Amino acid sequence: MSLVGATAAELLSFMKKGETTAVEVMQAHLEQISQTDDKVEAYVQIDTETALKKAADVDARRQAGESVGPLGGLPIAIKDVLCTKGVATTCSSKMLENFIPPYDATVIKKLSEADGIMIGKVNMDEFAMGSSTENSAFKKTRNPWNLECTPGGSSGGSAAAVAAMTAPMSLGSDTGGSIRQPAHFCGVVGMKPTYGRVSRYGLVAFASSLDQVGPLANDVHGAALLLEAISGHDQLDSTSVPKDVPSYTSNLEEPLKGLKIGIVKEHYVDGLDGEVELTVREAYKVYESLGAELIDISLPNSKYCVAAYYIIAPAEASSNLARYDGIHYGHRTENFENMVEMYSRSRGEGFGTEVKRRIMLGTYTLSAGYIDAYYLKALKVRRLIRNDFDDAFKKVDVIASPTSPNTAFKLGGMINDPMSMYLEDIYTISANLAGLPGISVPAGISKEGLPIGLQLVGAPFEEGKLLRAARMFEKETGWTAKRPEIN
Amino acid sequence: MSLSQDDVKKVASLSRLALTDDELAQMQQHLGQILDYFEILKDVDTENVEPLAHAIELHNVFREDEVLESLSREEALSNAPKTDGKYFLVPEILRNDKNK
Repeated sequence: MSLVGATAAELLSFMKKGETTAVEVMQAHLEQISQTDDKVEAYVQIDTETALKKAADVDARRQAGESVGPLGGLPIAIKDVLCTKGVATTCSSKMLENFIPPYDATVIKKLSEADGIMIGKVNMDEFAMGSSTENSAFKKTRNPWNLECTPGGSSGGSAAAVAAMTAPMSLGSDTGGSIRQPAHFCGVVGMKPTYGRVSRYGLVAFASSLDQVGPLANDVHGAALLLEAISGHDQLDSTSVPKDVPSYTSNLEEPLKGLKIGIVKEHYVDGLDGEVELTVREAYKVYESLGAELIDISLPNSKYCVAAYYIIAPAEASSNLARYDGIHYGHRTENFENMVEMYSRSRGEGFGTEVKRRIMLGTYTLSAGYIDAYYLKALKVRRLIRNDFDDAFKKVDVIASPTSPNTAFKLGGMINDPMSMYLEDIYTISANLAGLPGISVPAGISKEGLPIGLQLVGAPFEEGKLLRAARMFEKETGWTAKRPEIN
Repeated sequence: MSLSQDDVKKVASLSRLALTDDELAQMQQHLGQILDYFEILKDVDTENVEPLAHAIELHNVFREDEVLESLSREEALSNAPKTDGKYFLVPEILRNDKNK
């Protein structure tokens, strides 16, 4: 019985049978952190004592026959974008280096209520802006499959932590692919729920109409279990949707009969890596062999996604990040003569390059004389993109595609080329613009030994269908069971 | 679309971002490239299309006007760079010349 690298379901079963305890599970994963994290550098903060104390509390309740939540003492890594009461929440930014939230995010509260235990906070691109986790102000996280490569981003720490077997699951956030792309890079399962499925209260805002918290895990069941725990309406987030949460785990093993999978003709274009394309086409064949029907569809406006997204997201960011004024919380410069100088220098010192770039971009496209040509135009294109999906889901159950056009790229490979970095999001961002759920599930490994993910996107609130479709594939192929050699 | 150095300086000022000369130069180059890419949107006919600001369109979300628990003053001030224990302290905004 190996605890490290085991799935959530396996660990829960070992604990229920009394073969191990939550404390032993936590210790094994903490030990794995000390064995691997000097190489992977996923974690920005670990509180061993609190984690073990909480595990001991779960054990005591389990032994006394009292009720234990569905996450039953499992270690979970938390992206440092989620507010944790009394525990520093930095967003990997100098701006929030010393920020200690006085409250928990709703998802953190729900996690505790379900008896999930935070093993540590993990690294990310600053304020969730980036696709490689290199924009962190503190450290560069590495891909456990190849330490010279990035883990993707912005939830790179969350994906690397699971791939490095330091936690069976983690929480990330996804504004344009920030859960799914690192899941694809690191060979784990990652899911962005429907917009409004999960509360954003206590998630540090990047682009409020696009941000969603979601699970990453080392198998589909783990993602389903964690999603179930964090979903639901929250009075503290007026954009969370008052809709019942179905049990995503209860019918996970039931294959979907007559599943109709949409294959988008616009997806197979220049820039898509040959091996990635081959791998997803193999995956489509696997589905066909399981009785699914492949249907060619068109999303005619998909080629405008990246442009619309990089107008809308920075516009919202420029407004959201105006709150960092050096007064209420966050970094304040020591060098100023008046109020405006204090704002400008605090922000100039506290934010990194990519964050500044996006604030500038958003300020520009929202400014007088440009707002119609850029921001409003992008919102209209956004509606057309959404309409394309509405039409498509009249014909198909899910849409399959690569998660990202390439496998994990080398550290430093794109850092001075923002436009190329933005194009990495070409398959993921449309789900955010349209508010749809999407999942990336491991579908193969390249000749160079890097994971390749398959993305499935569904109609609003069809998380259950996506998870079942992903599970069918996982059961048939076993790709989620692969673990890297970390060296 | 190319941005002049003055354009970039103006946006930096509107954004309340103090940038170094190197940062301004790099920003000018990168923003120009990104804005060029946005030109692709000119190809889309958006005549009579309503803007979509939120994918899941919810309207008028109300709740009962009840007093609920909120952060204590101490907690609300706990992360402030400068306070006197009661208020956030900001630099002088209006000068009172009488006392000078």
